[in-house]
Amino acid sequence: MSKRVGIEVSIAISEAVGLARAEVIPAYPITPQTHIVEHLSEMVANGELDAEFVPVESEHAAMSCCCGAAAAGARVFTSSSSQGLSLMSEILYIPSTMRLPMVMVVANRALSAPISIWNDHQDIMVQRDIGWIQTFAENGQEAVDLTIHAFKVAENRNVSLPMIVNIDGFTLSHVIEPIELPDQEDVDKYLPPFKPRYKLDPRRPITMGPVGIPEVYTEAKVAHDKAIKNSKRYILKAWKEFEEVFGRKYEPVETYRTEDAEVLLVGMGSICETAMTAVDKMRDQGQKVGLLKIRLWRPFPAQEFRKAVGKTKILAVIDRCLPPGAVCGPVGAELRSMFYKIPGAPKIFSFVAGLGGRDVTVSRFEEIVDKARAFAKKRPRELYEVIGVREK
Amino acid sequence: MIPEFEKFKGFKAKSMPKEEPLASGHRGCQGCGEVLALRMVMKALGKDVIVCSATGCMEIITSPYPHTAWNVPWIHIAFENAAAVASGVESARKVLKRKKKIPKKHVDILAVGGDGATGDIGLQWISGAMERGHDFLYVCLDNEAYMNTGVQRSGCTPYGAMTTTSPPGKKSFGQVTWKKNVPGIMVAHNIPYVATASPAYFLDLMNKVKKAALVKGPAYVHIFSPCPTGWGSAGERSIEFARLAVETKVFPLYEVIEGRYIMSRKIKKAKPVTEYFKGQRRFRHLDEAHIDYIQKRVDAEYEKLLRLSEMT
Repeated sequence: MSKRVGIEVSIAISEAVGLARAEVIPAYPITPQTHIVEHLSEMVANGELDAEFVPVESEHAAMSCCCGAAAAGARVFTSSSSQGLSLMSEILYIPSTMRLPMVMVVANRALSAPISIWNDHQDIMVQRDIGWIQTFAENGQEAVDLTIHAFKVAENRNVSLPMIVNIDGFTLSHVIEPIELPDQEDVDKYLPPFKPRYKLDPRRPITMGPVGIPEVYTEAKVAHDKAIKNSKRYILKAWKEFEEVFGRKYEPVETYRTEDAEVLLVGMGSICETAMTAVDKMRDQGQKVGLLKIRLWRPFPAQEFRKAVGKTKILAVIDRCLPPGAVCGPVGAELRSMFYKIPGAPKIFSFVAGLGGRDVTVSRFEEIVDKARAFAKKRPRELYEVIGVREK
Repeated sequence: MIPEFEKFKGFKAKSMPKEEPLASGHRGCQGCGEVLALRMVMKALGKDVIVCSATGCMEIITSPYPHTAWNVPWIHIAFENAAAVASGVESARKVLKRKKKIPKKHVDILAVGGDGATGDIGLQWISGAMERGHDFLYVCLDNEAYMNTGVQRSGCTPYGAMTTTSPPGKKSFGQVTWKKNVPGIMVAHNIPYVATASPAYFLDLMNKVKKAALVKGPAYVHIFSPCPTGWGSAGERSIEFARLAVETKVFPLYEVIEGRYIMSRKIKKAKPVTEYFKGQRRFRHLDEAHIDYIQKRVDAEYEKLLRLSEMT
C-alpha cells in the first residue's frame, strides 16, 4: 500500500526518482535544487538505490554526462536551477533533437542580476525552445507524480524525448507537505525497465550526433518538431494509466470554477494554489471568476486550452518572467498568438508578478482581476503590467 | 608497476591488427597527420570500444550524415564536453553491468578531441572526469591551432607560429606565448597513465594508446598531429615533420606511469629547430633572435623533462 507521509517535497521527489529506479544521476548542486540531489546521493550511498551518482564539476558537465549515459542505454535523472540551467543551455538542445530520453526536475529560480536564489520562472522561460517536454507542478504530490510520469513518457519509444518537470524553488522544493508516496510494486507495474531502441553498443555500432549538412538539417528539426507534437497523445495516455494505477487524475490544462466565468486567471505552478483561494473569495463576493492552470507547457496543449476557456471573454494571464523589451511575458505572448483572429477569442491581458521570490497574495489576484475587467472596457496603453512594483 | 601491462607484449609491424574501426573514405585533407594518428589509435583499440568525440576536424570529416567512417559506436555531443560524455557512458555501463543488462565484457571508452577542445575550452570537463577517476582514456590530437575553424591560435600553438589570430605584423611576431603543457596538467591530476606520442613512431603510439586503455582508471595520451593545411606545409611531408619535431626536441616523447617520468626516446644529438621550421609557412617570418630564443627554450624544456625522468 502507498503511504501518506509528511515529507519535504525535494525529498519526496528523490524518493520518486528512486522508485523509478534511475540508473545514472549526474548532478551539480545549486540552491534550491540541492536537497533533491543530496538525498539521491544518500540513497545511492546507503545502497537503497542501485545507481551511479556522478558528482560532476558543473551543470554543463551534468547535462553532457546525462547525454552519454542515456546514449549508453541507462535511465537518467538530473536536477538543476537558475544559473545552472543557463550554464547547461548549450547542451539542452542536443539530447532533444538526438531523441535521448532523460528526466530533469528544475527547481525554478530567478536569474541574475541581481543574484537571487528565490522563485520565479525566468530560468525555464529562457529555455522554452529547447525541445524538451515540459510540465509544471502545483504542489508536492504533483511534483512526485509528474516525476514518475515523466520517465514513462520520455522513454516511450514513440516519444523518445527528454522531459522537464518544473517545481517552484522554495515554495515547493523546501516545504513539508502530506504526500502519498507510491508503492514500489505499483511503480514497477507502471514503469517498465528502459529499453532504448538505439544505444552505444560495440555489438551493433551506430553513429550518434553526426554533422547535419544543409540537405538534412531542416528534416532533422522537422522530425523533432513532429515528435514533440506527436508526444501529446502519449503524455495523455501515460496520465490515464497513472490514474488507473495510482488513482490520481492529471490533465494538460486544469480548470477551477470556470463555469459561467467572466474572467479567467491563467497561471502555472504553485501560485495556482493561492489563486484558487482568491477565486473562492471572489466567487463568495458574487464575482464570476475562475482559474486555468497550465500543467503541460511543451508541447503546448492548444486544443485543450481553447476548450477550457470556453465562452469566457477575459483572460488575465500571469507570467512569472519579465523579458525586457518584449511585447509581454512568454505565456501571455503564447496565448495571444494562439487566439489571434480566432472568432470569439477572449481579450487577453498580460500581467507579470512574483519575480525573484515576491509573494503573489490573494489580494494581488483580486487586483489582477479588477485590472483585467477595467482593461476590457478601456484598452490599456501597455501590452502588459507588472503587478506589485513598490513605489518607494 | 601496473599489473595490466604485464601481459601486453606490444604491437609488431609484422602482426598489425587488420581491422579498421575508422574506415577510409572520410573527408580528411590530403596528408592530414591527425586522421592518420586517429587511425592508429583506433587500430590499437580494436572494435570493443565506444568513441566520444569532441567537435572538430575529426568529427566533421568522419560523420557528414548520411555517411559515417565509424565501424564502432561513436557519439558526438559538443565541443568542450567529450570527457563528460565519456563519464556518462562509463557510468551507464557500470550500473548496467551490475544489473546484468549488458554483457560483462570490457569495452574501452575513448574520448577524443583536438588541442582546442582539450587544452582550452574543454579543460574543465577533462579535469573533472580525471579527478572523478572514470575508467576511460582521453586522446588529444594536437595540431597546434583551431584548424577546423580556419587556423586560429590556441593555447597549444607554439611560440612564434603564425595563425589567423596570431599574425606576425609590425608590432608582433606571431604567437607570443609558449605552448601550454597539457600533459603536465594531466600528470598533476595523479592519474595512472599519461603519455605523449607521434604518428612518426607508430608502434610507440599504438603501444601507448593500448596501455592507456589497459590501465584501470583515467589515462591521457597527447598526440602530435601535423596539419598541412594549417601549417602551410607539404602534405607528403607530414610524417617527416612529426619525426623532426621529436628529433629537434620540440615535441619529446615520454610516458608518466603512476607519476614516474620515462623518456620514450632520448635525443642525444638533437637537430637544430630550424630543420623542423623549414618547410612550414607558419614559422617563415621568424628572425634569428626569435629562433635563438626558441632553440634555448626548447633545450631548457627538454632538460627539465630529463631531470624529471631522473628524479622520479
